[in-house]
Amino acid sequence: MELHQLTIHELQKLIRSKEVNSSEIVKSVFKRIDAVEGSVHAYITLMKEHAFEEAAKADRCIREGNIRALTGIPVALKDIVCTKGFLTTCGSRILHNFIPPYDATVVDKLKEAGAVFTGKTNMDEFAMGSSTETSYFGITKNPWALDRIPGGSSGGSAAAVAADECIASIGSDTGGSIRQPAALCGVVGMKPTYGRVSRYGLIAFASSLDQIGPFTKDVEDCAIMMNVIAGHDPRESTSVPLDVPDYTAFLSRGIDSFKVGIPKEYFIEGIDPEITEAMRGAMKAIEGLGATCVEISLPHTEYCLAVYYIIAPAEASSNLARYDGVKYGFRADDCKGLLDMYKKTRSAGFGAEVKRRIMIGTYALSSGYYDAYYKKASQVRALIKRDFEEAWKHCDVILTPTTPTPAFKIGEKMDDPLQMYLSDIFTISTNLAGIPGISVPCGFTRQGLPIGAQFLAGHFEEGKLIQIGAAFEKHANAKQRRPNL
Amino acid sequence: MAYEPVIGLEIHAQLLTKSKIFCSCSTLFGAEPNSHTCAICMGMPGVLPVLNRTVVEYTIKMALATNCAINESCNFARKNYFYPDLPKGYQISQYAQPLSEHGYVDIEQNEGRKRIGITRIHMEEDAGKMIHDEHMPSSYIDLNRTGVPLIEIVSEPDMRSSEEASAYLKRLHEILVYLEICDGNMEEGSFRCDANVSIRPRGENAFGTRTELKNMNSFRNVQRALDYEIKRQQYILESGQAVIQETRLWDDSQGVTLSMRGKEEAHDYRYFPDPDLVPIVIDESWVAEVRKNLPELPLEKRERFMRDYQLPSYDAGVLTSSRVLADYFENVANLSGKPKAASNWVMGDILRFLNEEKREIKECPILPQSLAEMIQLIENGTISGKMAKDIIEEMYRTGKPPKTVIEEKGMVQITDEAALAKTIAGVLAANTAQVEQYRGGKEKLFGYFVGQVMKATKGKANPQLINDLLKKMLTAS
Ligand SMILES: [Zn+2]
Repeated sequence: MELHQLTIHELQKLIRSKEVNSSEIVKSVFKRIDAVEGSVHAYITLMKEHAFEEAAKADRCIREGNIRALTGIPVALKDIVCTKGFLTTCGSRILHNFIPPYDATVVDKLKEAGAVFTGKTNMDEFAMGSSTETSYFGITKNPWALDRIPGGSSGGSAAAVAADECIASIGSDTGGSIRQPAALCGVVGMKPTYGRVSRYGLIAFASSLDQIGPFTKDVEDCAIMMNVIAGHDPRESTSVPLDVPDYTAFLSRGIDSFKVGIPKEYFIEGIDPEITEAMRGAMKAIEGLGATCVEISLPHTEYCLAVYYIIAPAEASSNLARYDGVKYGFRADDCKGLLDMYKKTRSAGFGAEVKRRIMIGTYALSSGYYDAYYKKASQVRALIKRDFEEAWKHCDVILTPTTPTPAFKIGEKMDDPLQMYLSDIFTISTNLAGIPGISVPCGFTRQGLPIGAQFLAGHFEEGKLIQIGAAFEKHANAKQRRPNL
Repeated sequence: MAYEPVIGLEIHAQLLTKSKIFCSCSTLFGAEPNSHTCAICMGMPGVLPVLNRTVVEYTIKMALATNCAINESCNFARKNYFYPDLPKGYQISQYAQPLSEHGYVDIEQNEGRKRIGITRIHMEEDAGKMIHDEHMPSSYIDLNRTGVPLIEIVSEPDMRSSEEASAYLKRLHEILVYLEICDGNMEEGSFRCDANVSIRPRGENAFGTRTELKNMNSFRNVQRALDYEIKRQQYILESGQAVIQETRLWDDSQGVTLSMRGKEEAHDYRYFPDPDLVPIVIDESWVAEVRKNLPELPLEKRERFMRDYQLPSYDAGVLTSSRVLADYFENVANLSGKPKAASNWVMGDILRFLNEEKREIKECPILPQSLAEMIQLIENGTISGKMAKDIIEEMYRTGKPPKTVIEEKGMVQITDEAALAKTIAGVLAANTAQVEQYRGGKEKLFGYFVGQVMKATKGKANPQLINDLLKKMLTAS
């Protein structure tokens, strides 16, 4: 095994026992990046020089015995979190040259824990997409099949972990942007409860849905990452001032007494038969671990996609208004006056999908339509939340497929936004309800494409997800296989 | 046809908080452009707002002082529009759920007191400022003002003349300054007023088409602009045309209102609740706490001054026009025990001195206790009212207490009868011819003797005493 193939907890053991140091790990990771990045293209910006400097600092800490949760561990950041002094593009031309003057809270926390940043990963432009194909900086490939998409919008972060181009990474999830690429790339991805991880410094797509979370090689690493990034942030009004438990304490608790809800509305026509089969296997495995599966109902499921595609674009249309060419980022040349500058800058600065959503959102908020769209969607959103509250009376966690299909071919759905939107059909309700969700590898298709199982829990019950995820992944044995790059 | 104007005012008042509404930048006016800015108020990608609680407290104060109902829960909304001085592309304001609604203030008119309704008072953030350089092809932006807290006070269309509008504006200004939540400076823009004006035939209930007036940066201009606009609309209607609903700018130099370009400004602000901020819950205990610390308001104070100090309504009005002036007067009145004299001196000499130098009462070099002392010295006859006029000027110039000024100038009034009688005897002895004439019936000469005695005493003698003694000594022989 090479160092870049190991998990956080495996590397930590080696660091503690002084068998390896951070510089060696970082060197191994960048060697891997040099070898595979050309075919995967997980990164927009690499921070190689900075990473080696930080690794040297980490090594001093290790020598002094000052070892924290992530000391010396190479971590990649989705290019949506602001990094002071380092390019942060959000996958968009309009921010192609933007260097933030400040660090996101999650970046602060990772630094504080001793992490070494490898670079900024590729993503769908402004996190709008499910394939990482809308990035201004090129397409990221799925490490398991280079002609397929890695999922999105955090495709770069998922691919980087899957391809061992980092040990763990940070993504953001507005409608499935962590869980869906985690499933398609065969890694673990968690979307925490809304308000659990600070959004300060996360470039906003849809403020009431966005949440930062980790990509890791296993559930134990997910718990370690969550221990670092979770917690109240006074810089965010929607951050929740609750104590954070030690998530690693949930790893070995087992799921004897768990009731696992299987929502009947999620097993619909159109799901790939291999995914359905994998889900049956997952239910069996869970029962084998001592839990019981119970059928539950989330009656408003059919409205999730419609509600999401009103609320998210509406918020986005406002959040993206600041990209006007006045203060930072791209500004079109040869502008004749203010209005012309706005039009040319935004026309050329944003890609097609972003412009589509700005238009949808602007329409949904305009006077005369607000009640029929945004207001109605907010009301239905409340019903979707209530569906889950009702569900928790009957089960501890919910199991669903993470995606209806495995990774699709590059270009396959780019001309059909509706088909693209459907790939988030199982992940969107989580964001609307604000609850946490995790995608854990759940085997492979006959073609060798990863499949993900999604577990959902009540607000601030990430611990339960760690608990069932850890028990489940042992069964799935996904770590036995590696992408052939 | 007789027309009746219908006027409603929208007032924006900058709150006197130390820091901005959603970040910790300073709100001080007049700093280097963009020196009071941070990632948050500059609208950098990824930043989030956190509400300054003092803004809520100040707004509750204003709501209570204007008899508004305070909503238990309110929220912020985004007002979306593009402009370079608005870095986020939206202004954080309140829309469907403002902090307070349904209030009123009373204004004094010749016909008596009139109640003006307040529709709502809400919180919002200020925008930045564009700086245009005529010699350059580009414009500059100063974001120091971006995020400075504002309250917007929207009145009902209850005013029927520019005088009423002016009285309402002054009343609100006075209250804001009394509450010490706004400095009220119209030139610097910390107190701004827009007006909605329409006219209708007297007796008609339906409103006419209104125009919105902007850019009136003084009380005088508000009244002038309204008068102009009312006349303009009247002329339009009388010539058989229709008023166009539009925004018009007051042009101070020409004394006219001008249409803001030809284009109809039909903004759709696409308001929606700001997902980055949580609802603000204002419970009864918070309101009670603010109410407890509310100062006496101008109208209450005015009534108390009339009642407790027996002041005429005019005096009470002038003296309560600012809280500092009212406090100054009250100190003088209470220390001297002579409220009417205190009122006369404060409203007369003190305000005149201050006005001449454009100074504020808080900068007055004469301490209230000094003025009170001077009033007592007049009362007990130590100095005459005439002498006091000179003394108070010296007190204002030097800041010294009256006794020091009197000593330094040797200005004590001669009240010693024996000494004065001696001086008078001297004057009579030196003017025997005139004494003869007086005694012969030329009584007009009495004034001449008074003048001579005054001259001999360098004006320090008590005039009443001079009169008494002179009369006695002239008739005695
Ligand atoms: Zn600021």
